[in-house]
Amino acid sequence: MNEQRQIILNNIRRSLGRSGPMDKEKISALKDRLTSPKRNLIPERTSLTSSSLITLFKDMAEGVFASVEEVDRLSDIPRAITSYLKKENLPSQVVMSSDEVLDSVPWEEQPLLGISKRIPEKDDMVSVTSAAVGVAETGTLAMFSGPDHPSTLNFLPETHVVVLPKDRVAKSYEDVWDMIRNNTAMGDRNEKKEMPRTVNFITGPSRSGDIEQTLLLGAHGPRRLHIILVDSKETN
Amino acid sequence: MENPQVALFVTCLVDLFRPSVGFASIKLLEDAGCLVEVPKLQSCCGQPAYNTGDIGETKKIAKQVIETFESYDYVIIPSGSCAGMLSRHYPMIFTNDNEWLERANKLADRSYELLSFLTDVLKIDSIESDFKGVVTYHDSCSGLRELSIHEQPRKLMDKIEGLHLRELPDSNVCCGFGGTFCVKYADISDRMVENKVNQIIETGAQTLLAGDLGCLMNMAGKLQRMGSRLKVRHVAEVLAGMTRGPAIGEPNRD
Amino acid sequence: MLLMVETLPKQFKKNASRQLADEDLRKALTKSKGHFTGGRQKAIDNLPEFDSLRDKARDIKDHVLENLDFYLEEYEQKVISTGGKVHWASTKEDVQNTVLEICRSVNATSVNKGKSMIGEECDINEALENSGIRAVETDLGEYIIQIRDERPSHIIAPAVHLTKSQVEKSFRETHTHLDPQRILEEPPTLLEEARTVLRGKYFEAQVGITGANFLVAETGSSIIVTNEGNGDLSQLLPKVHIVLASIEKIVPSLEDASTLLRVLARSATGQEFSVYTTVSTGPRRKADLDGPEEYHVILLDNGRTNMLGTEFQDMLRCIRCGACMNHCPVYQSVGGHAYGWVYPGPMGAVLTPSLLGVDEAGHLPNASTFCGRCEEVCPVRIPLPKLMRHWRQREFESHLTPKFARYGIKLWAYLVKRPSLYKWVMGVQVKILFLLGKRQGRFSSLPFAGGWTKYREFPAPEGKTFQQLWSESSNE
Repeated sequence: MNEQRQIILNNIRRSLGRSGPMDKEKISALKDRLTSPKRNLIPERTSLTSSSLITLFKDMAEGVFASVEEVDRLSDIPRAITSYLKKENLPSQVVMSSDEVLDSVPWEEQPLLGISKRIPEKDDMVSVTSAAVGVAETGTLAMFSGPDHPSTLNFLPETHVVVLPKDRVAKSYEDVWDMIRNNTAMGDRNEKKEMPRTVNFITGPSRSGDIEQTLLLGAHGPRRLHIILVDSKETN
Repeated sequence: MENPQVALFVTCLVDLFRPSVGFASIKLLEDAGCLVEVPKLQSCCGQPAYNTGDIGETKKIAKQVIETFESYDYVIIPSGSCAGMLSRHYPMIFTNDNEWLERANKLADRSYELLSFLTDVLKIDSIESDFKGVVTYHDSCSGLRELSIHEQPRKLMDKIEGLHLRELPDSNVCCGFGGTFCVKYADISDRMVENKVNQIIETGAQTLLAGDLGCLMNMAGKLQRMGSRLKVRHVAEVLAGMTRGPAIGEPNRD
Repeated sequence: MLLMVETLPKQFKKNASRQLADEDLRKALTKSKGHFTGGRQKAIDNLPEFDSLRDKARDIKDHVLENLDFYLEEYEQKVISTGGKVHWASTKEDVQNTVLEICRSVNATSVNKGKSMIGEECDINEALENSGIRAVETDLGEYIIQIRDERPSHIIAPAVHLTKSQVEKSFRETHTHLDPQRILEEPPTLLEEARTVLRGKYFEAQVGITGANFLVAETGSSIIVTNEGNGDLSQLLPKVHIVLASIEKIVPSLEDASTLLRVLARSATGQEFSVYTTVSTGPRRKADLDGPEEYHVILLDNGRTNMLGTEFQDMLRCIRCGACMNHCPVYQSVGGHAYGWVYPGPMGAVLTPSLLGVDEAGHLPNASTFCGRCEEVCPVRIPLPKLMRHWRQREFESHLTPKFARYGIKLWAYLVKRPSLYKWVMGVQVKILFLLGKRQGRFSSLPFAGGWTKYREFPAPEGKTFQQLWSESSNE
């Protein structure tokens, strides 16, 4: 395979009219481009104050058939989930992981909600996760994989409930990259400021248009994506 | 420029099949104050060779066209695709030949499709045409995409009191002519023109107009094969008020 | 496979005629067309910066292509540093061998696949099946065509050529374990059935194969964009994740990827953003509870390096959105299978001759009216008509143009270059045609114009050429 590598690289250089590697100046300019990447064009639509940004996030998410509700406190979340599941005729058994946000929710106040903390299995119906960022530009959630957020939670169960603190609503995808690089969104688990194994951008529930271009929700991933926007991280 | 010296590039299709488009163009240009000449040494812009990939013949033909037309103030062409050939493609085929590139560029700058010249350069504000009827309009591809001709014909048609335009859905979709395409890939071309004329018939218009004779002959031929009585004309004929003669593919009653 | 023998690019004309006669295809294409074109227009109307983003997208890809060796090496280093493996492959056989090697190393019996056009280009499914490994396509459209033993007819909507009743029939024939009396007419029930059938298979595979929309040099990440979530389940659940990507999929930074993502979904389906955009970097980390233990990337050349530095380099900007075919009146008439290989429509008309040779695929760049709609909608501004024209030139130069057309053009050019002779010859012809066609004003059949008069009337000339009439009127 090393041989293949050399063949391909040599072919590229020959086709581009270069006999050997690039000159040093060129290389250092290209390296700079990689080590301090510049933003390209960011759409104007996100040039908003933080409260209008949340409205934009909500509108965009609802536009792609996610449902969004707002609650004031973390302590409102268990009740919100219970009533959502009831309304949708879903079992009140959820699977979730342990993370900074979810661990500060007083789940014990809603004993009707059955909680399993593990990675989901084939027959789990509902998952609950938080999201690292909400991107207002397109109503997109950004999830970072890790021990506190197995990615399978985002895909396997039919219903995905996402808790998103309002102060995590950002403007653009580029904000997400900066948060990873500056280690501002992942707590102490990203001391090396490296990419999580998986960054999942999720924009609405799963869908397919593969049969006669008819839009159908719930192809392989969740049929329902319910986002709970919470005002503050405080319990009370 | 007062009374610009204008050369009419007739185009081969107009020359052979529809001389009335040439006369209509001359009337429109003269009414707008142009001194029109029709250089004798002209035949075709070279698209058939160009589109077949014969770049050698294309260059020879292009050189001949450049030599014939470069001394005029403007070269006016009653066809978007031939105008696109002169103003967009000639410079591209001479990229490696500085002398001819310069001459091609000069000619390109002076070459205009008829309707865009009347609207964008001469900015004419009146049209003398007593045409009456409901028309629909097809935007031929080269004019639309290479020369951005869309508003110009509509602006001019709007000046004719008796003309009512019913917009054609998908008027920007190709009719399937494509030069030699329509005979080389006749089956595909037929499906495209069938879709097109079905939409044309659905508008309920009495007359179909467009600015390119190739597309017009294609659509007229299909309409007539399907038994439609819809008339098909080059938009210049209507703008010049020269619609007494038979429409495309109609017998001459004289 | 029988099917592939029948549908070579060389057979384009024959394929096209057969496809044109297919009423189901016509129904299916009529349904899909408006969704794609209308959806795209709406998405663009909602984003005033769209055209500027297209310029940026083009510039990013151009920059990568000019420095492709550098970015590939940087990318490779990053993948290795995050615990992944990079394999280089010059040909499709190299890809097949690498995939099989990896599969054997984990004793794989079953492989799940997310949609990958490189997988199609390399006939991965056939290679796996021939080695006794089951390959399961998990994208709904890919699954449908897999059970029908067909090729995708579209790069983002593989089953766009089928109607729902054709899908129903295939499901009934394949899912024989289910109640034959079940109701299955409508798309929702069809989707439900596919979801249930495929769900079981996700947990059986040892290897998951996906494509990549982008490879990020900055981080060594691969990015896939899907709507169903199948790509994610395919790569998350098995032990091994293999990414198949061609070398031009590289972008420098995450910022550059973001720009390209902004134009991709809008151009493809008219969505502002696809449902799932997944950025994967290396295998699962130490403390992770899920994710693949091995992460492999196979980088495929397969003729692309030969396009660099030529007039076809621009084609390597393509981000596989499918907008060109969604807007192509030829594709919309004949469907994707007529093109006879993996890549249909205008992008295929340029790419297929580049990868298979113009002697194999010469029809494709010829079967275009140069209407220019593909270029108009391309998110990375590939001048597709110009590139098709380049193929026609190469074909002509290598004497591959059919003799009839070749000599026809030469004869015609001989006249065109001699305007006086031309005038005389055409004058005579016009006169004859006029006399013959005078009564009707048109012809229903004409020798030498059968391609025209098979479907259309041919208008008779008006009696004299313009040139004759003009010189007569000037002499008066």
